[in-house]
This record gives sequence, structure tokens and C-alpha cells, in this order.
Amino acid sequence: MAGASLYGQADVPDAPDVPGAPAGGGLPYGLDRLSNPWTRFLTRRLARLLVSVFVVVTATFLMIHLIPGDPVRAALGLTAPADLVESRRESLGLNEPLITQYVSYLGGLFTGDLGTSMISGTPVSEIIADRLPQTALLGSLAFLTAVAIAVPLGLAMALLTRDGRRRGVELGFTSTAAVMSAIPEFLLGVALVAVFAVSLGWFPVAGMSGASSFVLPVLALALGPAMALARILRVEALRVLGEDYVRTARAKRLPRRLVYRRHVFPNALTSMLTIGGLVLGAMLIGTVLVENVFAWPGLGMTIVESILQKDYPLVQGVVLVYGTSVLFLNLAVDVVLGIADPRSTIRES
Amino acid sequence: MRTARWRAALRTPLGATAAAGSLALLVLAVAGPVLWGSAAEETDVASMNQPPSGDHLFGTDDLGRDVLARVLVATRTSLGLALGATAIGIALGLILGTLPVVLGQRLGRMVVALVNFLVAFPALLLALFFAVIFGLDARGAMLAIGMAIAPSFARLVQTLSASVAGRDYVSAARIAGVGRFRLIRRHVLPNIAEPLVVNATMGAGGALLAFAGLSFLGLGVQPPTYDWGRLLGEGLGRIYVNPAAALAPGVAVVVAGLVFALLGETCAAVLGVRTGRGPVAGRARHAEQPESGKEAAGTGGDTVLHVDNLTVAFPAERGTSRAVDGVTLGVRAGEAVGIVGESGSGKSLTALSAAGLAPASATVSADRLDVAGVPVLASSEAQLRDRLGTSVAMVFQDPTSSLNPSMRVGRQLGEIAQTHDGTSRAEGLRRAVERLTWVHIPDPQMRAGQFPHEFSGGMRQRAMIGMGLMGRPQLMIADEPTTALDVTVQREILRLLRDVQHDSGAAILLISHDIAVVSQICDRVLVMYAGRIVEELPVDRLDGGAVHPYTRALLASVPDMSTPQDVPLATIAGRPPEPSERSPGCAFAPRCAFADDLCRSTDPVLEVVGPQQRAACWHPQRAESVSGGTAGEMPGGTAGQSPEQTPARVTTGDDQ
Repeated sequence: MAGASLYGQADVPDAPDVPGAPAGGGLPYGLDRLSNPWTRFLTRRLARLLVSVFVVVTATFLMIHLIPGDPVRAALGLTAPADLVESRRESLGLNEPLITQYVSYLGGLFTGDLGTSMISGTPVSEIIADRLPQTALLGSLAFLTAVAIAVPLGLAMALLTRDGRRRGVELGFTSTAAVMSAIPEFLLGVALVAVFAVSLGWFPVAGMSGASSFVLPVLALALGPAMALARILRVEALRVLGEDYVRTARAKRLPRRLVYRRHVFPNALTSMLTIGGLVLGAMLIGTVLVENVFAWPGLGMTIVESILQKDYPLVQGVVLVYGTSVLFLNLAVDVVLGIADPRSTIRES
Repeated sequence: MRTARWRAALRTPLGATAAAGSLALLVLAVAGPVLWGSAAEETDVASMNQPPSGDHLFGTDDLGRDVLARVLVATRTSLGLALGATAIGIALGLILGTLPVVLGQRLGRMVVALVNFLVAFPALLLALFFAVIFGLDARGAMLAIGMAIAPSFARLVQTLSASVAGRDYVSAARIAGVGRFRLIRRHVLPNIAEPLVVNATMGAGGALLAFAGLSFLGLGVQPPTYDWGRLLGEGLGRIYVNPAAALAPGVAVVVAGLVFALLGETCAAVLGVRTGRGPVAGRARHAEQPESGKEAAGTGGDTVLHVDNLTVAFPAERGTSRAVDGVTLGVRAGEAVGIVGESGSGKSLTALSAAGLAPASATVSADRLDVAGVPVLASSEAQLRDRLGTSVAMVFQDPTSSLNPSMRVGRQLGEIAQTHDGTSRAEGLRRAVERLTWVHIPDPQMRAGQFPHEFSGGMRQRAMIGMGLMGRPQLMIADEPTTALDVTVQREILRLLRDVQHDSGAAILLISHDIAVVSQICDRVLVMYAGRIVEELPVDRLDGGAVHPYTRALLASVPDMSTPQDVPLATIAGRPPEPSERSPGCAFAPRCAFADDLCRSTDPVLEVVGPQQRAACWHPQRAESVSGGTAGEMPGGTAGQSPEQTPARVTTGDDQ
């Protein structure tokens, strides 16, 4: 009703500004216009990824050299004979100049050689290949579970509490969600074990053995993020419900479910994606703690064991895997965001 | 002032809980080791791994030590390490965050890039990385967590100081030659302290949880020292024997984490929200008014909109406030009717309510409210959908926000045909392209496949009008359709609306604050003030024929080619009353030069004052009185005396 425009900037006068476009020509839905920004976006983003991966690789390489004192002496203990320490340093190449070590580290990476475990003598790449699938499975199941809980819950809560309805439900949901999302995954894991494994005996306490062994670790990992996401989604959906274009949809007199499905939900979900990406990254690392609660035979167990045993080549390898996974996840989220939101940054130069 | 705010915060449930929790943690941290230190160390081989009992509320550990005592004693270690890590994180964050200001452009940009890079990684991964370097003990873990949380603090400091650095006083200081470090200490830091405190408090909670995680993994505190995380890890190993030994430290971590979170929220409430919430306006609920203007104009058989005594009320602090108060109007088929009024006069609400689209919080009542022969108030949503779906179209003020940003324009139009006419998606799209052609959108085929943000403002409004033409509208309600548009575009949209009216035969109800806009395409004008219609007249009578002082003031404030440039434009002094503040009598009386005691005590009703003309005024002004040279006595006179007041005046496209 206000006299002034809600948007400060002056609109572009609508001159017929597309003289070049042939009438009815081009690809349907303006794909011909999209392809260009997409190529630019992906090139730029991949270049950034490459730089980031390079930084992560360098950091993991330097990690072992930043440890005060002699890492081999620290690993083998003070009582280890000096010649054993010396021969181990030799085999790890620690006596070479730093730059030579760096070059051979990089060269090894290109051939898939991540070094050899100081404890077991197994190639690090072999250990990672053995452990990674369990972690990836746990992480992706947990992410799917979190989304499967958060999306219907958040949207339903938004609809139930719209226009200030059901204050009681709103208070109950927001406070439960706040508390749930504040409980870290490993504490939740311990509580779940105590109740559902030890007291009730419904699920196995630990280990990976059949479908029932997945339930508690996945829940421990998924519940907190699910509640956090549901909370954000509710707020976003309430915001969208107040948007002018939802009023337009109502003015079109679409059935209510169509208003929600086409006009409210897509816009609410799009604005939730950025947060969703952060949650996904945090969940990936959350597997470290949850795997240790449930003795899950994945990378998270490996990284903690290797740190405790000072098995540095293995530590380096696993940190590298976690670090690059985070980078690739971030890229994936950016791409999904670009597809989902036509106004996203991909169109910027 | 500030202490008062803190004291007020303590009285809220949130603040009180946060304060009590913090106090309890503090007392435990100080007194815990003194009170229970010996009990926590006392081994008892006779009662190892006991479940909870009278002697040991949470049982004992594998050396027979009391779990509860150990959890309580561990408060000091856990909190101390968490606070230490937070302090390290803040210190590093401040350094990294302010470096860009201190360093030159290029180095500064590198620091920003580094922080952005680090922020992308979850804190726990960074903590593991640094824990390897700093060693597996309490000191190493504290450093590692401090460094892991530093990037997010650095990002915060960068964002905050960048906003401060752009302000005038910082620029002034820089020009005055103040050194970079001094600039940071004197000007930047004090101004970002408050958000930093809030984030630090919440960050301490995060550090506490992270520390518990590291110690739980065995990478933090090492025996014989213990913190909650360590106790949790030990308890988990014996969870079959005594689950309480694992749960007790877990509960401690969660409770302490929540206390930090609540404390942060309280700080945010006190520091962040500076403006106190003023009393909600509106107490005087005005007395029952006699129903005004019962006899509706335009109530012939071919009426497409028939509104009789429409009232729209909102819940107010006491009772309700009526934003629309007894409006009666009618629109005949093919007619163009304008409603004019200032912001808050109730004109848009009248239109929305007529279409059955009033906000959910509004209470709409009317003796009769028929649109295209359908009783809106008595119909269900589904009935309205069936019967009004294609016969009433709406055009809203801001086409930018009124179109769904994530849906292609063609689809947004096409779904109307799909829903109401049951067409296929392809047929809906084909019809959409056709309608876009009707509203003169160039290359409609291509435009239909685009998103709204790829349209210009005027084109979006054309698309909205095209959307209205998807059905067979008998009535098109246009709510300030040109207000958000560029002046040059306004005329094109108005011309398009007029063409649409001629070609489709739809009646138009045009809502505007601009009497000049309305006079361009309407046959009849309704002037609204404070929720009521104060005058209704044919558009050709506007020029000299208006009798209500408000209408005349509106007309006088429209500049035209003969308006002298050296005299300030006419405005109406004062502002309309809030719906909840209306006093008895004519609502315009406080701003009216002709008001007397009768006006201030009794509300005038809408009465016929001429052919097809009605006005609600005790002192209708005749055309002669204008020519009689009383222009200087126009209500409010010529303005300039109070520039902050909002006049109901706009320029029109005609001046261009």
C-alpha cells in the first residue's frame, strides 16, 4: 500500500531490448543463454578447487615436519635403539632435503602411492580403500536420513504454525529442535547405545553387522543436523509464505497443495541449500566421533588409531582424504545451488 | 541505561536460566575439586564398576572411584580448557581478522583468502590436524581447538571491521593521519566488541563440546588428569556394566553447552537489540458508528463487484482496529473504477478483501460481498476456485516480488490454464505465449522460457497483466500497478490496462494513491480516507466538481503544466489517523480547514450531492467557492511548513 517502491533501484525501462533474438528461435527455455555462464562458472570453480586441493596436499605434507622433535623417535618411543630410528628415517625419506621429499610426495600422489604404514607395513592407499566405503556409506545414509526427516518436518511445522497459529506447537518444536541440535553426535550416540542397545537390547552395541547395526550410528549422526535443518526450513518456509508471489499464487486460485508444492516449497528449499552444504561437511567429520562410539570399521576409527599410534604416513593419508572430500562436497553444493536457483551467482562474471 | 538492560534481561526466563546456570558452573568449577577432590581419587577395590547405589549415585569406575564425584570435580578442568581454547581462538581470530586492515591491499587479500579457505573445513578436522602437530595432551588439544575455531572468528572480525571501516568517522580518522594500529584499537575494535562478545560466548560452548570430543577420542586430556570427555570415553567402555558412568559426564557436557548457548542468547538480546520495544500503538477503540452510505451506487443487474458495508478488522492490543470501516461500492461490467487514497486509507485491503485474499489475521465482514455473482464470504476456498478461478484477475504493485523467482514465466502463466481449464502443460504454455503477445512482450516464445529476473520491471508487470488474461476476466483488480515502475513505463502499463479493458470487456478496479493515474483510465473515482469512502464522483467531475475538502486537496496537490515553478507544491498537512486512534467525528477534521464542532463530534455519512456524485462531508465545497478565490484557504494551504510530513502527492507521467 505504501506509495514508495519496495526496491530502491529504478527499473530498467522496458524497451524492446532483445532485437538480436530471432522470433521463436533458439533452444527452448533459453538454454542457449545458460550454456555460457555455466561454462564460465564451472571453469572458475574447478580452478579454485585445484588450488584448494594443492593447499591441502601441501598442508598434509608439512604436517609431519611441523611436529616438534623427531616424529620417528616420538613414534617408536624413547627406548627404541638409535639405529632402528635411523633406518626408519631413511626408509621414510626424512633425511632428504625438504624439497626433494615434497617432490617425491607429490609424485607418489599421482601414482596413488600414499606411503606405507609405520605400524603394519601395509600401503596406506590399501588401508584407505579398505576403510573408506564404510565411512561413505554411514555418512551418506545419515545425510539422506537427516534430509528425509528435516524436509517434511520443517515444512509441516511451517504450515501448522503459519500466521501465528498453534503457539504451543511452535514453542514445543523450536525448543526441542534447539536442544536436539545442540547435543553433539557422540553424546547422542552414547545415549542411544545406553537406551536402545544396552537397556532394551534392540540393536547391536557396536560394530558393522547387518542392517540393524546401521540404525543407531545413522541416527546419532543424523538427528542433530535433521533438527537444525528442520528449524531453518520452517523459518524459510514462513518467510516464503509471506512473499508477494505466494499471494499471486493464491490470487490465481490454485489449489492449496499446488501453492505449497510449486510456489512455497521450492523457494524455501533453495534458500536452505547453503546451510545444507555446511551441515553435510560437518556430518562427514562427525563420522570420526560416531565411528569411535560404535566401533565402526571406517576411516574415522583409522584416523584416531593412527594418531594415537603416531603412524604418521597413515595420518597424512587419511587427513588428505577427509580434506579433499570436504572440498569436493563444497563444489557439489555450489553446483546444486546453481542448478536450483536461477538467480544464483553463476550468472555473475 | 546499560545496567538496566542487563537487569531486565535477568528477569526474562532465558536470562534467569542463563545466569543461574553460569553461576552454578562457576561455583562447581571453584569448589568442586575442594569438596569432592578426595572422594574422586579414593580407590576402592571392593566396589569396582558398581551400578548406581545409595553410596554411589552414579556407580563407580574400574578402580572403585565414585563417578559422580569425578564428574563434579572435572568441571574445573573441562571449563578451564574450553575457555582457554576460546581465548586462543579469539586472539588468533582478532589477529587474522584485523590483518587485512594493517597490511597492504595485496597481503591483506591473501589473508582474507586464507581465512575463507580455512572456514570451509569443519572445525573438528582442523582440530585433528593441529592436535597431531601440537601433541596429544591437554595443552596440545587446547592449542589445536583454539586454532580450529580461529578461522570463523577471523571471518567474523573481518566482516564486522569491514563494515566499520567504511563508516565516515573511520575515513575521517584515516585522512587525519591516524596510524593503522591506532585505528584498529581506537575505532574498529570498540565498535565490533559487542557482536564479538556474543559470538565468543557461543563459541565457548562449541569449544567445550569439541574438547569433550577430542578427550573422548583419547586425543585430549591424558590420565591421570580427566575431564568430561575422558570420563565419557572411559564410561563407554563399561557401558554394559554401568551405563550411568557414561551418561553422567555426557549430561554434564550437554548442560554446560546449553548454559553457554543461553548465555550467548542473553548477551545477544541485551547488546544486539538496542531499540526497546515500544508500546504497540492503538488503545482507543472508537465507538460504534452509524452505518454510512447504505445505498450503493452501481447496483444494477450487470454488477461484477458488489460490496455492501465491508469491514476489515485486525486484532489490536485492546479489541480490534478497523482498517476498512463500512465501505460500500459497486463496479458494473466493463466499467473502470478507481479507488484513491493515501497509504493506510484501506484501499488495498478493500480490493484484497473483495477478491477473498485478505491476510489471514484480518476479520472480513460485509452485508454483501459478491464478485461476478459469487458470494465471496459465504463460499469455501474450493468453491471460489471453481467459480472465480478464471473470472477475477489481480495485478499487484511490485511485479518484481509478485512473480515466483524460481519458476519460468511461461509456466507461471500456463499453470492457470492447467488448473482451471484442465489443459495439458503444453497447451497451457502455448496459451501463455499467446497472452504474452497480447500484452506486447517482444519475442514471447523466448521470454516464456525465462525467469522473472531476466525481465525488466515494465515487462514483469506486462506479464502479470498477461497472467490475468489467462482466464476470461470479468473483473481485473489492479492494486497500485504502476507505483513500483519507472515513470516512463507507468504510462505504457496504464495504456495496456485500458486496451485490455476495451478488448476483453473486463471491468477494472484500479487502486492508486495517485489521483492523476486514476483519472487517466477510470470512469468513476472513489476517494477513501481512514477506512471509509469520503467521496464518489464521475471522473469528468474531478476538474472543479469535487466537493469534499480532502478530494479537493488531493487534486490541488497534483502539479500540471500551469503550476508555477517558484511556489512550493501544495501538500496536505498532517497525516491520516491510525485505524486504532480514530476519534469520533469526521476522520479528516484534524487536517481540514473547514472543520467545526459538528465535524469533530459526528461522523458524516455518504450522501448524494449531485448527479452520480456522493460525499461524506458536513461542509461540501461547491465549485463556485474555488473560483471565488479561496484557493489560499485550501486545507493545509500551500506546504513547506513541515517537510517531514507525507503528502498525498506524486508526479505523473504526463509531465514528461
